[in-house]
Amino acid sequence: MVVPPHEPGLKHAHFRTAGLPTLLLLPQLLILLFFFFIPSLRALAQAFLLADPFGATVHFVWFDNFTALFASESYRNSVWVTIWFTLGQNVVTIVVALILAFATDRVVRFQSAYKGVILLPYAIAPVIAGVMWAFLFNPAVGPIAFFIKSLGFAWDPNRNGSDAMLLVILAASWKHICYDYIFLVAGLLAVPKSLMEAAAVDGAGPVKRFFQIALPLLGPTLFFLATMNFVYGFFETFAIIDAVTHGGPAGATNILVYKVFQDGFVNLDLGSSAAQSVLLMSFALLLTLLQFKYVERKVNYSI
Amino acid sequence: MVERSPLLTIICHLLLIGGIVLVCMPLYFAFVAGSLTMQEVQQVPMPLLPGGHFLENLATAWSKVSFGRLLVNSLIVSVGITVGKVAISLLSAFAITYFRFRFRLLAFWLIFMSLMLPVEVRIVPTYESVANAALPIQWVVDGLNLSGLWEALTGYRVEISLEWNMLNTYQGLILPLIASASATFLFRQFFLTVPEELLEAARLDGASAMRFFWTILLPLSRSNIIALSIILFLYGWNQYLWPLLFTTDKDMATAVIGVKNLIPRSDTEPAWNVAMSGALLTMLPPVLVVLIMQRWFVRGLVDSSK
Repeated sequence: MVVPPHEPGLKHAHFRTAGLPTLLLLPQLLILLFFFFIPSLRALAQAFLLADPFGATVHFVWFDNFTALFASESYRNSVWVTIWFTLGQNVVTIVVALILAFATDRVVRFQSAYKGVILLPYAIAPVIAGVMWAFLFNPAVGPIAFFIKSLGFAWDPNRNGSDAMLLVILAASWKHICYDYIFLVAGLLAVPKSLMEAAAVDGAGPVKRFFQIALPLLGPTLFFLATMNFVYGFFETFAIIDAVTHGGPAGATNILVYKVFQDGFVNLDLGSSAAQSVLLMSFALLLTLLQFKYVERKVNYSI
Repeated sequence: MVERSPLLTIICHLLLIGGIVLVCMPLYFAFVAGSLTMQEVQQVPMPLLPGGHFLENLATAWSKVSFGRLLVNSLIVSVGITVGKVAISLLSAFAITYFRFRFRLLAFWLIFMSLMLPVEVRIVPTYESVANAALPIQWVVDGLNLSGLWEALTGYRVEISLEWNMLNTYQGLILPLIASASATFLFRQFFLTVPEELLEAARLDGASAMRFFWTILLPLSRSNIIALSIILFLYGWNQYLWPLLFTTDKDMATAVIGVKNLIPRSDTEPAWNVAMSGALLTMLPPVLVVLIMQRWFVRGLVDSSK
């Protein structure tokens, strides 16, 4: 018997007809063609074109859209805003999630009740999370804004850029802590008990063990989560920005995804919007590759 | 736990209670605000205990943005996304793991590529695709010069112009959101772990490919399907950017967009009480799903990120 050369990702026992699999793949491939490949290619094409405002003439302009972008003050501002926003969101999310996961790992009573409540924000739409935080910190009616002011601090996210940034970081983190938390709880559960016991015999207390044993073992998980937090911060926080600040005041929270939307749908500058899309796509590609290269099979997912 | 350390346990409980306060505080204030009258909600400081006007505010929200219709839309869209994505993903994963055919690897890579680019980065061109999904076909028609061909053959001049506008339709809200391969990969990974003997045995019994799929593979995938469906339902229900762009008709919007329209702007009356009651109403279905099906939800969350 001839052993067929093994193809990756194919079952050893398989069928050899051609018509049926094509039929099975057709819905998936058609949807991808219409709503993934064609739009992506069009973004790529538009990035190199310049249309006059009435769409009557279109010129091929090579990299003009990109050079205009890099020269533009507002785009550079948007890049910095995105960096601060995603870094801030990442740090807040991971630190809070780590503290909560550590505590969850130590307690026995009420553990599942704690977990249940901490997971709740995942179910809540980003825009609704945004609305709730915008209300809490609303300078006119918000209870927390009132509290901040009664402590003697100035607070107005509608005027002050750093107040606005702080507010969207808080809202975005609140929504995402649960995601990191569930992976860290699973990761801590997977730390070998024997290691912990050996360290305890050597006199290491729980906090020391956490920092010297559990945390290094969680390294790949933390890397994975940092990547996912960046993906979240870059692409999924659109609704929070739109509900809380509209990218303002004066562009202080105008992250890149929001700017693509603004330039494409509000300012109708399609070439620039497409060039921004292409840059974001390359960045997304980079994040995905990074994730595949370093994270695949190193993260302990068991729960 | 390796050793007993009552002090640390108490500290841990306190930390977790802090976490719960952090999670619940915005929800609590949303509820308080949603139960006050508009005058009360504007008091500084705002009352810290709920008032008695929650249902009244809810009724206002309900009539202001026709929430009944919007909730039905949300349900149709999120169920449509869930069922559609699970169905096409199961079929395509079955095709690429259980069949050997010429373009298998090509199909695999085409699907794989779509994993890399989130929907948000191709907002504008996808909008154009949905505004006229027939445009690519039009290019083919123009490219092949079919109308010229027709003219040469019959002598009549015919303009072929195709239009398929999906704005303000359910398919326009659903289809672009199922154009990603994450679920296909989830099922592919699962199918690869299914024992080989099952297919061999089914074949000995004379089962066809589709019969094997229906009677063996599908029941085995049941728990994966449930876990993934929960994640997809939440994803569909909480969509914001798509419905915002694709629905210009108020009656085709989703509940989340309804909440957005209730947020007081600087030029409108500050009806935060109405906005908050609408927000609580809209978050209720997904929150209930997560609370009731917590175990499945956690599994889906972890699975779908692989």
